[in-house]
Amino acid sequence: MKKDDIRLMPISNGTVLDHLPVGSALRIIEILGLDKPKSAVTLAINTESKSMGKKDLVFIEGKELSREETDKIGLIAAGATLNVIKASEVKKKETIAMPDHADGLIKCMNPKCITVIEGLPTRFSIRKDPLRAKCRYCEKEMNEKEIFNAIK
Amino acid sequence: MVFSLTDILSISDFSREDIEFVLQEAATMEKMPESKKSGLLRGIVVASLFFEPSTRTRLSFETAIQSLGGEVIGFADAKVSSTKKGESLSDTIRIAGGYADVIVMRHWIEGAARRAAEVSSKPIINGGDGSNQHPTQTLLDLYTIKKQFGKIDGLNVGMLGDLKYGRTVHSLLYALADFKGVKVFLISPESLKMPQNILDDVEGKVEVRETEKVEEFLPQLDVLYATRIQKERFVDEFEYEQIKNVYILGKEILKHTKKGFKIMHPLPRVNELKPELDSTEAALYFEQARNGVPVRQALLNILKDVKKE
Repeated sequence: MKKDDIRLMPISNGTVLDHLPVGSALRIIEILGLDKPKSAVTLAINTESKSMGKKDLVFIEGKELSREETDKIGLIAAGATLNVIKASEVKKKETIAMPDHADGLIKCMNPKCITVIEGLPTRFSIRKDPLRAKCRYCEKEMNEKEIFNAIK
Repeated sequence: MVFSLTDILSISDFSREDIEFVLQEAATMEKMPESKKSGLLRGIVVASLFFEPSTRTRLSFETAIQSLGGEVIGFADAKVSSTKKGESLSDTIRIAGGYADVIVMRHWIEGAARRAAEVSSKPIINGGDGSNQHPTQTLLDLYTIKKQFGKIDGLNVGMLGDLKYGRTVHSLLYALADFKGVKVFLISPESLKMPQNILDDVEGKVEVRETEKVEEFLPQLDVLYATRIQKERFVDEFEYEQIKNVYILGKEILKHTKKGFKIMHPLPRVNELKPELDSTEAALYFEQARNGVPVRQALLNILKDVKKE
């Protein structure tokens, strides 16, 4: 990653989430539990992007994401770029994919669902274009906006 | 033919082969002499757990069990079970599985049957879980069509009434999408149309046409599946009052239908089918209700030997 691309001082160790859709950065911070961070978190919202026109960016000092956290981000920002930074160098770069399943990642919005009433682990299958998550138990589907709000 | 399912939870779990197997077994049940049939479930205990009251489904299942010589245990109302004391569904199911070989259940919680199947070592038959699934209703609907027309492929099926909230028509549409050349004609008020996500799911598998006017497609239909507009689904009573009488079918519709045309209905009906239709050749709904017994007999007989891992 070049400094010019991000127009902010990069972090020295941690994670940079790039090419995030505009409007997703604040929700990602919330999902990752970084709204009360222990180390530095920097956001860039609605910034210029050659490929996207506009994008959001998140810089997290001192944290690497787990597979579950990456899958959660995949549900609202598939196609975004995950950069792992070590000693100010990009050590790993991957495009975040939309997961096929979202087990335990989102809560069911149906108040009559067994997972809500008995507090059970959730299981969802994911369909793309348009994005939908279907609860394995009550079989209700959530649309993109509902998924955005339902990520645990 | 090997039936692939160990539990009957949702019509979406069924392949066409699974559906055809059940329909074939139901036909066998109808032809089998009572003397032979009455021993099929001998020594088998079926738990009938109705956490939510249901007269029609429960009686149909219990008739099916007893007619095959099986024993029924259970309850018809959750108030008499330990659920009232706060017992979780999983615990109730595990306990029942200790006594029974097959569990039939109805619950107001959506997804209850699938959860039960996860914790139960015995097969579960879903007799309805809230507004989610009621697979034995769909199977008896399909059995009724197959028995009447000798086939399901290539039929023109109308669905009328509340297509937005009616689980019977949702499940039936999914099931018909497994068959070839079926055309489905959806007839409903604008506010009660079939949900778009369901139409998306069956796109390319079944030809669907939509209208608000019942007369538009009548001459083409082999069968019309009518449903009740459910008062309890409306938040606004005024809206219900405006819509409730939009489709009231009487004998006059039969002037416009083709030979052999049939009307189905999952019952109970309110006023959508006039009693004057009952004595016509088009009325198939009472036979449809009766077909619940051979279909449920077939399912119990299939599942009695299932070993779950």
